[in-house]
Amino acid sequence: MSHLDSLIAEDIIAYLDAQENKSFLRFITCGSVDDGKSTLIGRLLYDSKLIYEDQLAAIEKDSKKSGTQGDKVDLALLVDGLAAEREQGITIDVAYRFFSTDKRKFIVADTPGHEQYTRNMATGASTADAAILLIDCRHGVQVQTRRHAFIASLLGIKHVVCAINKMDLVDFDQKVFNDIEYDFRDFAKDLGFNDITCIPMSALDGDNVTRASERANWYRGPHLLKYLEDVDVDSADLERPFRLPVQWVNRPNLDFRGFSGTIASGIINVGDEVMVVPSGKRSKVKSIVTYDGELDRAREDMAITLTLKDEIDISRGDIICRTDSPCEQADQFQAHILWMTEKELFPGRQYLIKTANKTVPASITNIKYRVDVNDLSETAVKTLGLNEIGVCTINTGAPIAFDPYQDNRKTGNFIIIDRASNETVGVGMLDFALRRAKNVHWQDLDVSKQIRAAQKNQKPVMLWFTGLSGSGKSTIANLVEKRLLDLGRHTYTLDGDNVRHGLNNDLGFTKADRIENIRRIAEVGKLMVDAGLITLTSFISPYSAERLMARELQDDGEFIEIYVNTPLEVAEQRDVKGLYAKARAGLIKNFTGIDSEYQEPENPEITINTVHMSADEAAEQIVAYLTENGYLEGTS
Amino acid sequence: MDIKDLVTRAEQLAETSGQSLSTISRKILNDGKGLTRLKDGGQVTLKTYENAMGALKKLEAEADVNASLNLTHLQRLEAEAIHIMREVAAECENPVMLYSVGKDSSVMLHLAEKAFYPSRPPFPLMHVDTMWKFSEMITFRNRRAKEVGMDLIVHINPEGKADNVGPFSHGSAVHTDIMKTQGLKQALDKHRFDAAFGGARRDEEKSRAKERIFSFRNENHRWDAKNQRPELWNIYNTRVQKGQSMRVFPLSNWTELDIWQYIYKEKIQIPSLYLSKKRPVVERDGVLILVDDDRLPLNPGETPMEKMVRFRTLGCYPLTGAVESEATTLPEVIQEMLLTTTSERQGRVIDSDAGASMEQKKAEGYF
Repeated sequence: MSHLDSLIAEDIIAYLDAQENKSFLRFITCGSVDDGKSTLIGRLLYDSKLIYEDQLAAIEKDSKKSGTQGDKVDLALLVDGLAAEREQGITIDVAYRFFSTDKRKFIVADTPGHEQYTRNMATGASTADAAILLIDCRHGVQVQTRRHAFIASLLGIKHVVCAINKMDLVDFDQKVFNDIEYDFRDFAKDLGFNDITCIPMSALDGDNVTRASERANWYRGPHLLKYLEDVDVDSADLERPFRLPVQWVNRPNLDFRGFSGTIASGIINVGDEVMVVPSGKRSKVKSIVTYDGELDRAREDMAITLTLKDEIDISRGDIICRTDSPCEQADQFQAHILWMTEKELFPGRQYLIKTANKTVPASITNIKYRVDVNDLSETAVKTLGLNEIGVCTINTGAPIAFDPYQDNRKTGNFIIIDRASNETVGVGMLDFALRRAKNVHWQDLDVSKQIRAAQKNQKPVMLWFTGLSGSGKSTIANLVEKRLLDLGRHTYTLDGDNVRHGLNNDLGFTKADRIENIRRIAEVGKLMVDAGLITLTSFISPYSAERLMARELQDDGEFIEIYVNTPLEVAEQRDVKGLYAKARAGLIKNFTGIDSEYQEPENPEITINTVHMSADEAAEQIVAYLTENGYLEGTS
Repeated sequence: MDIKDLVTRAEQLAETSGQSLSTISRKILNDGKGLTRLKDGGQVTLKTYENAMGALKKLEAEADVNASLNLTHLQRLEAEAIHIMREVAAECENPVMLYSVGKDSSVMLHLAEKAFYPSRPPFPLMHVDTMWKFSEMITFRNRRAKEVGMDLIVHINPEGKADNVGPFSHGSAVHTDIMKTQGLKQALDKHRFDAAFGGARRDEEKSRAKERIFSFRNENHRWDAKNQRPELWNIYNTRVQKGQSMRVFPLSNWTELDIWQYIYKEKIQIPSLYLSKKRPVVERDGVLILVDDDRLPLNPGETPMEKMVRFRTLGCYPLTGAVESEATTLPEVIQEMLLTTTSERQGRVIDSDAGASMEQKKAEGYF
């Protein structure tokens, strides 16, 4: 690395000290396929002399083999790391690059342009302060350009460079440049960027990348590297309210109780009065502890440990604020959501959301609209698919401390996790609380579930029958209910067909409607269990996520999953209602087992095998289970 | 009304705070070109002047506070690594820190001490020993674990040990696979660790540049490059499926220079193999190999030479080339590194085959 700095050879200690004072910028590059992102970054690294000889030799060798630039060194090969993308010639994942100049150190997130990898662009944007949008001057502003500009703005990036690239192919025609600049500014005017800078460029030849272009002599602005060195990202606005999301409670011994975390915003001093959200408890800062000694004050982005004057209960998930401007807490929000997986988002389904420091169950209660990234128009939709952005309302299982994302990028954000696969399926930015959590109280009734159940000499429970259509769920459930009635117990059965004739007659059989169907049944069932009843439900309930949601609505021990396991061939052969024949004939859509999946339960409390067992025997087995586990005894 | 004073102070503020004059002008005069006009003899009303002076004083006070609280590049990287480590400690059931005794591991260990202070790091250290490491590495490893007060797990592949697997008898590829790759998988399975810290950096190698900080492995410890979880902000999804485990890389965003600079600034202990001194070496295929013990078979006519050498990476001594160097202090090593023209991994025999070699090894379970 032949770094330009002559201090290295002359006075290495002075050089090391000088390094310390450099400022720091994280930015992303994004644009459509073939706009030349990788070439641009390769050019930045190459021109900042950050390429080693052996790397360059390897690239020269590869350029001859698979390069696309004839005799020129293909700089894109420097950054297109994965073998697969070298073969396909596209960048498929976000890659992080590092370089520095005498003024600044940079981390570049090189983000993919292809539409199916838009989620990776959001990943790069989430930690960036500036964005470079590549535009191929021959194509102008494209759908992807708009999408990327919108995502950059959505994720809170304030500084944008439009790198209008491949100007060498249009002989640096100023009119081409002006037209694109006009288009882009017109599109981006409502996106809330602090500044937009358009630069005519040829990444391939280096024009206006790290040196001013002679061929674009009509252009008076900075070249790209100069812009990157000078852009005032103002990221350390220390005036903002103090927030410490508690990450880890530090208890080495009984005498020390500290709260560790990274300060999300603001400044804290020893002696400052603080408030813990959501508990609302107050105290004062006793000390700011670090390995390198105690501090009098600490600022945004520092990872510290606070101790407080009073012993108050604080745990991971809380946010410590200064009393002068505490954050909000709520359990219902409006948020912008970017969906990141091929399985669609379903309103009503239970997901997990993870904020800066807290994971809670949550469901998207409603999608208000989807945002069209081409023209930012709004469309009513029932679900969100991969790479789609929607404005949604969210319900969390417990109140969370938060700020609106536009006020604070670190306490207004969350990721959405699928409960079954544990994958990150989406991300969100909180807009505002729909109502404050403290306004909602459960009515605390004197006559409790336990009292009602004891009166009936039983323990309330939900028996959740699941299985394919025609597996025998309803038959078995009816037999169980009869036996329980004979034993003098109090029951009720919610049956699929019956519920669909009344409560759920507005729902069809799409995936979204099926999820809502199950959600309503689980909620109604919960009320019946609360009434002290042994409640039987008989629904195909094909998705494990909904069954998990139904389970978690009930208290411990009040949910018994009964898997009526009948193989598809057997159920189809029986075809009691003639539905399989219709489904096979294409007369019924979304039929479970035919063109809609059934996810088998992993750990049901009871499994019934109807091939080897009669319905009577099955009912007997279930009643025996209830007897053995004490459900048919009162709690005197 | 002293316009000259206003302009001078604004210029000083621009210098000390790193903001451009037009930014300051916008902030105090609500006009980016205002200060330039005043400088060129322009005039303002008394009221505008007083407002501007008030705003300037506020900015100056702010700048004073900010200057005392500036975070350097290294402090930011340090805070990020600490955040990652605390997140693992808070969310994972059974984490471990892989400790390879090299410079990156030394930095990682130091950061772990910082992250949990005054507590000890709430996880053990683990070293996968191939039995062919430099002997100094083993002494250094045992001493450091003791000093920090963390449990040290040392794993050696028992089958490899029984079969006497070594780089000379079995070749470097087989040796590395059995003693390092398979050894690591065995150790992680044996102790059922759900998260393992590693010291890898994104600047090391091209395929690493695309790896997440929290990187998932399936039950066979394979990495699926095309199916990584999105990783946004500093919110990490730490939930693993049954059989899955995580590798966590708190140094992902550090460069080699950052590592060296941090070692220098924080006075972190590293094995003296990184510093040059006279050592007995033999030259094979252009690579200088240290005669670390009597297991190194000498070819006919080959005699060890005493040379001033140091190592840029540490691993199995027969597979790690030394570089000739006069750098006997840390700053000198950094100086040489900055002036050198070949990348760090070149000294590693393991990497020098096909271009996608590291990616392939990772897919197979090499860290």
